[in-house]
Amino acid sequence: MKEAILSVQGLHAHYGKSHILHGVSFDVGEGEVVSLLGRNGSGRSTTMKAIMGLVSPSGGRVMLRGHNVAGQRTFTICRSGLAYVPEEREIFFNLTVDENLQMGTQQGAEGATRWTVEEMFAYFPRLKERRNTRAGSLSGGEQQMLTICRSLLGNPLVMLIDEPTEGLAPKIVAVVGEVITDINRQGVSVVLVEQKLTIALKVSNRVCVMGHGQIVFQGTPDALAQTPSVTEEWLAV
Amino acid sequence: MDQIFFALLNGTIYGLLLFMVSAGLTLIFGMMGVLNFAHASFYMLGAYFAYTLQPLTGFWPAIVLSPLLVAAIGVVIERYALRRVHHFGHAHELLVTFGIAVVIAELVKLFYGNYPVEYRVPTELSFAAFTLSGIDYPFYRLFMGAVAVAMFAAIYLLLTRTRVGIVVRSAIYRPAMAEALGHNVPLVFMGVFGIGAALAGLAGAVAGAFYTTNPNMALDLAVLVFVVVVVGGLGSLGGAMLASLLIGITNSLAVGVNFSLGDIFGIVGLGEWAGSVGGVMTMRLSSFAATLPFFLMLLGFWCVRRA
Repeated sequence: MKEAILSVQGLHAHYGKSHILHGVSFDVGEGEVVSLLGRNGSGRSTTMKAIMGLVSPSGGRVMLRGHNVAGQRTFTICRSGLAYVPEEREIFFNLTVDENLQMGTQQGAEGATRWTVEEMFAYFPRLKERRNTRAGSLSGGEQQMLTICRSLLGNPLVMLIDEPTEGLAPKIVAVVGEVITDINRQGVSVVLVEQKLTIALKVSNRVCVMGHGQIVFQGTPDALAQTPSVTEEWLAV
Repeated sequence: MDQIFFALLNGTIYGLLLFMVSAGLTLIFGMMGVLNFAHASFYMLGAYFAYTLQPLTGFWPAIVLSPLLVAAIGVVIERYALRRVHHFGHAHELLVTFGIAVVIAELVKLFYGNYPVEYRVPTELSFAAFTLSGIDYPFYRLFMGAVAVAMFAAIYLLLTRTRVGIVVRSAIYRPAMAEALGHNVPLVFMGVFGIGAALAGLAGAVAGAFYTTNPNMALDLAVLVFVVVVVGGLGSLGGAMLASLLIGITNSLAVGVNFSLGDIFGIVGLGEWAGSVGGVMTMRLSSFAATLPFFLMLLGFWCVRRA
């Protein structure tokens, strides 16, 4: 593994009184794609929210390029180089496609890959055609493209992408997979939560399997394939 | 005919003033999900500040400075009162704003007395704009309308044509996501609260000179403004505009109508019966004028229930 750009160390989080994350620790190397796998309720989404400060962590550290950002306000965490693509997509339905993209545009962290709106339109020509329509009228696939582009325009170092292919047609699922590989090739590190194991294993350098709010396995996709006990205990439905 | 024209014009201008106050309230509701009880107090403070500043600075600087002072008070209230109780839930926020409204009303009584103050339209502005059927129409009314229209245009352009406007509209809709995209949402909220307060303050500074400036003006207006915000569809700026005009115009028209339910029965020959029933049948519409907005609100609730 290359030098860690993002290092999550002993992260704890609560929803009210229920303890959700019990000391989650994993590293993301520069230029890596790391997938968080696990069943529903194992704490994958909460891990992302806790890293972004959308759920305030009750313990642990989130080191981004060696600086702890845990406990900071969400907008500060974003400005220091983390981007978040939520499972719910959270498109601003009341704004146009263009305005949604403008909302995402930020200076970004120093040394991060720079992205332009034109590059986004090159990825997804469909968005260019619909740039002046209200985002609320987009199809599910188009919304997913928009939410990825919007976060990418913040010029992040690390992108946290939660369930990007959920509810999408197979053709678009493939496109989303290619885009993740491509932005990663251009220097953006990715943390991915993905239910479709085939895609997760294909795009990831390493995988972390979660269960009961902890990491129960870490390794390469090959290593996971060679340990059927992990798949059986923590992933099989 | 001329009377109807005057009533329509008066109603429109009053509606525009209502809009200046309700615009801030509806924006704040959209953002925080809380009806700010103290919002009409900003209107009152605007009038009193302008009244106080006028002898020192003259009329024009007074109506510019007064909203700025009100905005500063609004920002302090948001930052140090509302934001602190936010995590306790809406009920607490509502109680806090209610408490602030009471405190402001009492402070005004303490400093200025429990009676109207001598805040008048400056003589250079009190002349007739035009004369119709021998009735002079005050220029100042048109001036109030113009200020409101200019304000509406300014907010509209700010919200639709600028990056700040895009951030505000997003933050109202999905505050957490706006923040996750790197925008300082608490600062945006504080700014919108300040601007909302300033608009109400400006309305007070301008209208206080024409209507009366007294310690009850906040309460009188608060009720109407709430109706506007509810009828306009909570949180909708365009809806608040329509509802303000609707309520302003119906109010103003109804006052001039000497018509009762009994008269309608009279058309079909039941006038005598209606007269013998009395009560609601013989009451003139003009005496209902003040309650009309509430009928509209109930009608609104009824339609929502049916939908």
